[in-house]
Amino acid sequence: MSIDMSQFHEAFFEESFEGLEIMESELLTLDVGAGDVEIINTIFRAAHSIKGGAGTFGFMNVSEFTHVMETLLDEMRDGSRDVTQFAVDSLLGSVDVLRTMLEAARDNTEVDEEMVAARYAVLNKILKEEVSDSSSVDDVEPVPAPPADASVNNAVGEGWVISFIPHTDLLMAGNDPVRMFRALSELGELSAKVDYSKLPPFTELVPEDLYLSWVLTLAGDISKADIEEVFEWVEDDCDLTITPLVGNTQNEQAVAEPAAVVEPVAVSTVAPRPVKEKVSDNSAANQVAEKKKPVTKPKKATESASIRVGIDKVDEIINLVGELVITQSMLDQVGEDLEAHAEAASVGGDSGSQKINADILLRLNKGLAQLERNTRELQDGVMRIRMLPISFVFSRMPRLVHDLSAKLNKKIDLQVSGEETELDKTVMENIGDPLVHLVRNALDHGIETPDIRLAAGKPETGILTLNAYHQGGNVIIEIKDDGAGINKARVRAKAIEKGIIAEGDSLTDDEINHLIFAPGFSTAEVVSDVSGRGVGMDVVKTSITKLGGRVVVQSEEGKGSVFTIRLPLTLAILDGQLVTVGGESYVIPLIAIIESLQVDRTQINAVAGKAEVYKLRDEYIPIIRARAVFGVEDNKADLHESLMVIVEVDGSPVGIIVDELQGQQQVVIKSLETNYRKVETMSGATILGDGTVALIWDVNGMVSVHKKKLNNGVIKA
Amino acid sequence: MARILVVDDSASMRQMVSFTLKGAGHEVVEASDGVEALASAKSGSFDLVITDVNMPNMDGITLTKELRALPNYRFTPILTLTTESSAEKKMAGKQAGATGWLVKPFNPDQLLATAKKVLG
Repeated sequence: MSIDMSQFHEAFFEESFEGLEIMESELLTLDVGAGDVEIINTIFRAAHSIKGGAGTFGFMNVSEFTHVMETLLDEMRDGSRDVTQFAVDSLLGSVDVLRTMLEAARDNTEVDEEMVAARYAVLNKILKEEVSDSSSVDDVEPVPAPPADASVNNAVGEGWVISFIPHTDLLMAGNDPVRMFRALSELGELSAKVDYSKLPPFTELVPEDLYLSWVLTLAGDISKADIEEVFEWVEDDCDLTITPLVGNTQNEQAVAEPAAVVEPVAVSTVAPRPVKEKVSDNSAANQVAEKKKPVTKPKKATESASIRVGIDKVDEIINLVGELVITQSMLDQVGEDLEAHAEAASVGGDSGSQKINADILLRLNKGLAQLERNTRELQDGVMRIRMLPISFVFSRMPRLVHDLSAKLNKKIDLQVSGEETELDKTVMENIGDPLVHLVRNALDHGIETPDIRLAAGKPETGILTLNAYHQGGNVIIEIKDDGAGINKARVRAKAIEKGIIAEGDSLTDDEINHLIFAPGFSTAEVVSDVSGRGVGMDVVKTSITKLGGRVVVQSEEGKGSVFTIRLPLTLAILDGQLVTVGGESYVIPLIAIIESLQVDRTQINAVAGKAEVYKLRDEYIPIIRARAVFGVEDNKADLHESLMVIVEVDGSPVGIIVDELQGQQQVVIKSLETNYRKVETMSGATILGDGTVALIWDVNGMVSVHKKKLNNGVIKA
Repeated sequence: MARILVVDDSASMRQMVSFTLKGAGHEVVEASDGVEALASAKSGSFDLVITDVNMPNMDGITLTKELRALPNYRFTPILTLTTESSAEKKMAGKQAGATGWLVKPFNPDQLLATAKKVLG
């Protein structure tokens, strides 16, 4: 029976990565010293499952590596080894290595052998340290099989005489001599002689006990190991001797070693195992060799990766599809009625047709309304399939905080809430790195060392809060620390030094805080290896903007900072404001819009040599004319009573003048890049209800194009 | 053919074992730990139980003991799936009343051969 094992790989990788997460989070909760046995057990089980699966599905390097981890965990579990910080950290490091190995196996890429070897060395070093109970160490290395044994076991000849004397309780474990005899008879010609001399008188007979014994003769060219395998499970429940059948044999081997073959089975059955291990070692080596071959194009498994969907979500969709089918048949009926009605009308029967018409129309309307509701619900349901709880990303943080706080000598209490908040899978995959960066940043620059905190009258342990929740159609993620906050004087000085702002610029506190997102800005005096990895906060901002989201920071010196990320629930559908500019419809993402208003002439200020600004309540905001950006003829010199949409760009408001404001609606985003090419002012396109294509604005792009045109004199100030 | 209860906390192993046995014409019921398996065992009858050893909630050794305590499962073949080649671990299963064991990693052919040993 040949079974394609690769069909189980996906499930194996999925559960293995889950297992790694469990190992990691449990290791982080494991107390040094007296480790909680239940926690160690959980970690052990996860490792054990990965090891078993990896072996079964042919990832021998993973299986062998996990075996070493498992050995260490086993010693911790049975108490023969103390739970030391070093051991816990080594296991955490091993989890990372194991993850890399699994990813390499999944993506069919090479694994960094040096890294693996280094980790082996660390684990083996721990294992070699003194243990109170030395017996479990034997598990580490399989005892190599003495090759001589194998040849004895495989000695072949005319056949064998088997003396099988079961203990009375042999049946109790579900073993049955009949089945063993059947297995033997498949090996060769079997004849049995039963000895029932031990059978007690009927009155003393216990029906569940076995009183019989046998002398079996098995004729044929059979290896002793095959026979032993039949009795493998009962070796301790019987007295078994297997001797070669001596007839007029000409087999020299069997004659040459008669002493060896009569040895008790109990000893020799152990031998075949290591031989098998050796075989698997070889196959592992082959695999490594195969992997060394140049892989032309490593398959990126994440692209086609699966998502686990709760049955309830699927059921809901099936339900909705059912509803849709009902609506469809209802509309179908209306259509037929209309057709029949039209025919009747053409024949000439005019009486009461008006009334029927109205009735049919009513039903048509009702059907369409139902269709609309079904469609919307179905859309929601399908979207929800792609939704995953944000715990997928948040779960990386405890480890990060654990490692970093040790490195930075800071005391940090990580508080996570809202882990169940759901987010689109694609958004999730892309928000991980920015979040990690923000957390690193909060730990590195935000929270102070214990002595500084104590001196400032704060508790020595800093609090880092991660929170996520839904608001409107958005997901909000907050990263909050109670650290030093943003040092505005230093940020300002740095920004001037880097040429981001001019010396005389007057900026609000908020604007100064947002300077940290400016490209090329870094306040750390020395670029540390914690948060300064060549990427700054500008990259964080860019990644979030790419996802159609926004990030803002609020900070108070001495009290701490809050970074708030606002993300769309999904990337496929967008809540948009429809506007018209020069006769064309456009969509502005609702997430970017602060408000829309009608321009009042008295509030416009045209500063000489600079762009127009608008006095919105008590702040001045720049005005951008959408027509000018798109190069459409602008006939309005006076903006009085024009419509202005105020959007947020880089944390500050910008007013964009449009011709008309239309309704708000959800639009399905189609990529411009795949269908046309990248357009700086647009983030995508969509198809409206009437079939026309509307472009979706990228407000950041709008602002930068406006700036360019202004600088080039294309737009007159 | 036979009705088999497959117990493993690892979904991929369960899939593999189950797929293989079904392919050979057996009827398979899956359980992801000992507690679930015991409930299934009590509510139905099985010709063979194949169980992993290390599982959450109830491990395979305890499951074996519990099953042997049930009148219907006194003689039912129970096979443990173990990664331990050491005699000590195999014996833990035997002492609990397991019929035999199958050492991981195993391939579908080995699984079927082992199942055949105790069925029929």
